[in-house]
Amino acid sequence: MYQILKQIVKTGIKTETPPQSDESLRLLEQRLQQDILDVFGGALAIRMVDAGSCNGCELEIHAVNNAYYNLEGMGIKFVASPRHADLLLVTGPVSRHMEVALKRTYDAVPEPKLVVAIGECACDGGIFSPAGGGESYATCGKVANVIPVDVAVPGCPPTPVAILQGILTAIRAA
Amino acid sequence: MPIKHPNLQLTRLTDAVPTWAGVIAAEYLPEICQQVRDGGGRLVALWGSDARQQRGCDTLSAEPTDCGSNRDAPPPAPEGCAPPCQGRSFVLHVTLINETGLVCLHVPLAEAHPHYPDISHFFPAAARMQRATYDLLGLHPLEASDHRKWLRHGAWHGGSFPLRKDFDAAASRIDEADDYPFVHVAGQGVHEIAVGPVHAGIIEPGHFRFSVIGERILRLEERLGYVHKGIEKRFESMSLLQGAKLAGRVSGDSTVAYAWAYAMAAESIAGITPPDRALWLRALLLERERIANHLGDLGYLGNDVALSFGFAQFWILKEQVLRHNATLFGHRYLMDSIVPGGVAVQLDAAGKQLIEQECLMLQREVAVLRGIYEEHAGVQDRFIGAGRVEPKLAAQLGLCGLAGRASAQAWDARVQFACAPYDKLDVRMATYRNGDVAARVIVRFDELFESLRLIGQILVNLIHEEGATRALEKLPANGFGIGMVEGWRGEVMVAIHTDAQGNLARVHPHDPSWQNWPVLEHAIIDNIVPDFPLINKSFNLSYSGQDL
Repeated sequence: MYQILKQIVKTGIKTETPPQSDESLRLLEQRLQQDILDVFGGALAIRMVDAGSCNGCELEIHAVNNAYYNLEGMGIKFVASPRHADLLLVTGPVSRHMEVALKRTYDAVPEPKLVVAIGECACDGGIFSPAGGGESYATCGKVANVIPVDVAVPGCPPTPVAILQGILTAIRAA
Repeated sequence: MPIKHPNLQLTRLTDAVPTWAGVIAAEYLPEICQQVRDGGGRLVALWGSDARQQRGCDTLSAEPTDCGSNRDAPPPAPEGCAPPCQGRSFVLHVTLINETGLVCLHVPLAEAHPHYPDISHFFPAAARMQRATYDLLGLHPLEASDHRKWLRHGAWHGGSFPLRKDFDAAASRIDEADDYPFVHVAGQGVHEIAVGPVHAGIIEPGHFRFSVIGERILRLEERLGYVHKGIEKRFESMSLLQGAKLAGRVSGDSTVAYAWAYAMAAESIAGITPPDRALWLRALLLERERIANHLGDLGYLGNDVALSFGFAQFWILKEQVLRHNATLFGHRYLMDSIVPGGVAVQLDAAGKQLIEQECLMLQREVAVLRGIYEEHAGVQDRFIGAGRVEPKLAAQLGLCGLAGRASAQAWDARVQFACAPYDKLDVRMATYRNGDVAARVIVRFDELFESLRLIGQILVNLIHEEGATRALEKLPANGFGIGMVEGWRGEVMVAIHTDAQGNLARVHPHDPSWQNWPVLEHAIIDNIVPDFPLINKSFNLSYSGQDL
């Protein structure tokens, strides 16, 4: 125990100031009223769905939880069930094999709900899809082809700061 | 010569790792597999290709082919070895490995009802690869015990095969629910727990079907293929350099390993060797990828046994490595740093200094954390004995990579088949024989320290010189090449076939997870359900890499 405490004290606080929201990432108009956003802003529950990514975006979503970005410090946490969630974080071009699972997950999230698409593939199909967000025998292309997307964060993968920005944009008033 | 058989003529490919290739009739395949298995060898990969439009091996046909929107595409004419010209239609490719090196067997199959003898009774790991090869190309393993679909769910119908050159995506499209016949365990008190594809965490999707009595797991059956996004088909419409980017995204956590294996395969076809400096840089990037992933896993393994301190600490270290990657190489995960022909990054004297300091810091900090993990009774109580894979079972099933080394399977491509620059590095392999979560943790610690030591040596050898490497943009026609790299998870292999125009006719990336996923089903038997996340994490296998 002494070693653990010593290491914690020695490490100190690493958390950095969170980024500002970025309106250029918004696809759909903000549908939520300010008072609801205030509630969300204080305690947001996120359900993450990998709909076909290469696992690169997941690495950065994990990183958002590390001490530097400290997502939970802002009252935002990842939950295990869509029924507990306010916001879906979706990665990947949506593979045809994940299409139904993604739709069902979306349906299971109670209203009002938000969707943030994370990464190049989620925004436009990326490298796995033929040009123009196109579909292939195995993918449906971008996430917006399958469920409504409020905010889209490009990048391959987007940095943790960009992911934070995307989440914060979704829960801030336009 | 790695294997001898009267009907097999092997030709050495110009590969960085010792590789041979040869053509063999399907009927002799079992004999050769048995010979390799009895000699302690393993199966690396199994895939197929569609060579029906190959006009002939020596004449390049300039006339346009009438294959609709598909590009004309006659694949494998392995360099130097007599290609199976007559009756050439489909080809099955089987890569085996023994102590001498890699052997790729090309097995020509008939056009009508292409079939070959099942090899899964020699190499159990072949079963899923054979099922996937059927789903994608319609090559049929005769007398295999499991004929269920594997990568196909309900997106295209069973009689159409996406990797055939005449595949019509629109006509093959169906939208039906995936009806998959799981094996049911019957008996008093047995019940099923179905998990996924969407998991309760930040993980890739897959389905796990547990049959349990109370908390105890009787059987686990995996159902993967959810993130199948047609990677192999995508390669066929890409240039060599676009393909390098895609190869780096087969499994995002192993981008360096895949990009290097892809580059190695391309360089083998072109018959070139990248400059020394590029090779040293590649090794530096690969070891940095190993370090970052091991740090992340060690943190999560602590987290999974309720020591969130471990997660916090290891992820602080990982973040520092990632930030240095971004500063020095322009990408946190080192994507697109390796290109066929060389590397797309540079390292100056200040960068070397930064890495040296980082290595010293990691050496110090990880040693402290290792001490804490080892002395923590609660952590060790959960780690020791959980998810055990005995060495005998590991050998039988072909467990490979990091998990294999934790079960006494002493294979590490950096040691046995040390390609440049590993031939100058004398890598020390980490092996244990307990095969439990604790052993997989120890192997990670040992490999982490070994990577730090290797980086020290690499930096000494990395002579500073200006001048970018020239990327390889085009490959010779009708070529075939293989690249294999020991990624952090295990051996990553990429095979490239070029057509008569030198375009990519077929690219097959192979992840070590193909071998290791089935072993997880065994590792979990008799453990309790709450230990599954821990055991699963200790393997940390790729979904995207095997779903393709």
